Amino acid sequence: MADIDIKNYSLNFGPQHPAAHGVLRLIMELDGEVIERLDPHIGLLHRGTEKLIEHKTYLQAMPYFDRLDYVAPMNQEHAFVLATEKLLGLEVPPRGQYLRVLFCEIGRILNHLLNLTTHAMDVGAMTPILWGFEERERLMEFYEGVSGARLHAAYFRTGGVHQDMPEGMAEDMLKWIETFPQVLQDMEDMLVENRIFKQRNVDIGVVTAEQCLEWGFSGPMIRGSGLAWDLRKSQPYDCYDKLDFDIPVGRHGDCYDRFIIRLEEIKQSLHLMKQCIERMPRGPVCSTDPKITPPARSEMKRSMEALIHHFKLYTEGFHVPEGEVYAAVEAPKGEFGVYLVSDGGNKPYRCKIRAPGFAHLQGMDFMCRGHMLADAPAVLGSIDIVFGEVDR
Amino acid sequence: MDSGVYQIFRDLWLVDLILGWLPEWAIYGSWIILLILAIVLPLLLAVAFSVYFDRKIWAAMQMRRGPNVVGPFGLLQSFADGLKLFLKETIIPSGANKGIFILAPMITFTLALIAWAVIPWDLGLVLSDINVGILYIFAISSLGVYGIIMSGWASNSRYAFLGSLRSAAQMVSYEVSIGFVLITLLVKVGSLNLTDIVLAQSGGFWNWHFIFWFPMFVIFFISALAETNRPPFDLPEAEAELVAGYQVEYSSMAFALFFLGEYANILLMCALMAILFFGGWYAPFAFLEFIPGPLWLIAKISFFFFVFAWVKASVPRYRYDQLMRLGWKVFLPLSLFAVMAYSGILVAMGKV
Repeated sequence: MADIDIKNYSLNFGPQHPAAHGVLRLIMELDGEVIERLDPHIGLLHRGTEKLIEHKTYLQAMPYFDRLDYVAPMNQEHAFVLATEKLLGLEVPPRGQYLRVLFCEIGRILNHLLNLTTHAMDVGAMTPILWGFEERERLMEFYEGVSGARLHAAYFRTGGVHQDMPEGMAEDMLKWIETFPQVLQDMEDMLVENRIFKQRNVDIGVVTAEQCLEWGFSGPMIRGSGLAWDLRKSQPYDCYDKLDFDIPVGRHGDCYDRFIIRLEEIKQSLHLMKQCIERMPRGPVCSTDPKITPPARSEMKRSMEALIHHFKLYTEGFHVPEGEVYAAVEAPKGEFGVYLVSDGGNKPYRCKIRAPGFAHLQGMDFMCRGHMLADAPAVLGSIDIVFGEVDR
Repeated sequence: MDSGVYQIFRDLWLVDLILGWLPEWAIYGSWIILLILAIVLPLLLAVAFSVYFDRKIWAAMQMRRGPNVVGPFGLLQSFADGLKLFLKETIIPSGANKGIFILAPMITFTLALIAWAVIPWDLGLVLSDINVGILYIFAISSLGVYGIIMSGWASNSRYAFLGSLRSAAQMVSYEVSIGFVLITLLVKVGSLNLTDIVLAQSGGFWNWHFIFWFPMFVIFFISALAETNRPPFDLPEAEAELVAGYQVEYSSMAFALFFLGEYANILLMCALMAILFFGGWYAPFAFLEFIPGPLWLIAKISFFFFVFAWVKASVPRYRYDQLMRLGWKVFLPLSLFAVMAYSGILVAMGKV
């Protein structure tokens, strides 16, 4: 018999694929159903955010961060305003800090709710996502309440936040914190001890602690592998050092551990939300420096000084002293960093964005190798990819 | 159907008026076609409504409303969908093998329908009362694999191909355990005729087979899920991996035929469960016997269909290798052992 040249079966997974979480294209080389090699192709959602920011004032640049990881918009804004504040040496009033942390934790729940339920859908459980989305909608109403927008909030400002919460929102939040755990419990009952769910996730997409460090993983990815690394604890920003919370850590670094960690983080975030609401002091929500924060509209109508500030800030913007700085936050997906270079002008000279999803996606190949085709969506679900931030 | 009923039909003056000029065999042929239509039309109607109920049950579990716009309570949703599919263009991919591509959905659909020929709706109310009814049904459902393999191959698409391979492997493996499950029943009933199997369960629900054969019923139910490609065994069309599996290249009526065939198969499996384990057309208690038999069978089919939908809403999907392991390493040995155990018990009790 003649030698038959047996080739691997190559499968083009995406960019239009229901489980690709956006516009990911994976070139898979399959041996039967086993993945031999996997090559992620990215860039289909590239919008040139970093370059665009170079041509915008610091205030105008901020909304771009909503559009990176659109699942948890405010967490990205946070990194940018922290970087700007670091360059300016600006103090944020306590109420502003608490409000920011409160809405970052809402963002974390928003993100994890989406990720847990889509992860469940990737392994075939269709129901949790519909339960989760109802709750996400409630959270987005809080976003809408403070900023007027459900998704692209543009709420954070250099020096604090744009507005205080409307009256009654804190009570609504506390009410929601009371009712939400039941929904979470239902989801847990459905998945966590489910045998099929466990078979699909335990020991799938294992990442060791060394690999995590080598590939620059962060967030639930690194905590799933047993390293208790969380920027909120290790280099607290805003008021995180005054709040009491735990960091859930996994042991095996598989999809299942990461799932459980995210579930636990939701509970910690609820706890943090509650603390923020209870401990939030009264006072201004944004820095009172008139050279940074525009005056209130009522003041603008009365004072000449305020009118000038208002005009200057909304046309030219504020100038940021020369220098470069890196500020990072613990976004729901991992370490989200902004490296800002200023030449002393009113626009950033350069703004490099460090997106956690980008680092995590690099690991797809070694995480999936040797697993079955059906495991690739499970791994993809557990590394929590959003293409807005990977492609930027 | 016995010849007495045919005689009544033959003696009707209307039949003489319309068909009187035909030769005798043609009149008999018309009678058979009439009977077939009497099964297939309500069946297709039932399929349309079962899609609607499936979606409604599913929606209820997900706390949604489900279809509620077309017609009262959205009851006409399936017909609207059907009409939409009917009016669409049938796209045949340029790389596809045309003949086979078109043939595949027809095969699936036809096979899903003809299996109903042997389902007894009541004593004597069966289209063809053959003495190997069970064998007939399993022959037909095994042939169902052809439709899927052919569609996967002819589509010339990698996703469809993988889907059809999975589906073929899955249906073949679970049929084995279904076969053994049936043997445990047949040992006692002593007949392959479906009417005889139901007759063996007369006299109240404590005589129904599911009581003594409960473990076998569980295996049968799970295998039926696998056989009909329903979650958690919906690997051939696993959305997250294979998009839609073997149907990925199909559109319009060709897709509709697959869809209808799939639901007809699900209903068939539900009917089989009702007939084999839950007393077919029999009422559970004597005082409920005033309700006609076919209604009881339909009620039981509806119940099992509800359970199918329930399972669909609540479980994740197995992976291909896990499915194979479950089929060959768990169900096959279990059912093989059960064949011996049940035969042993029946022999010891002197029932065979």
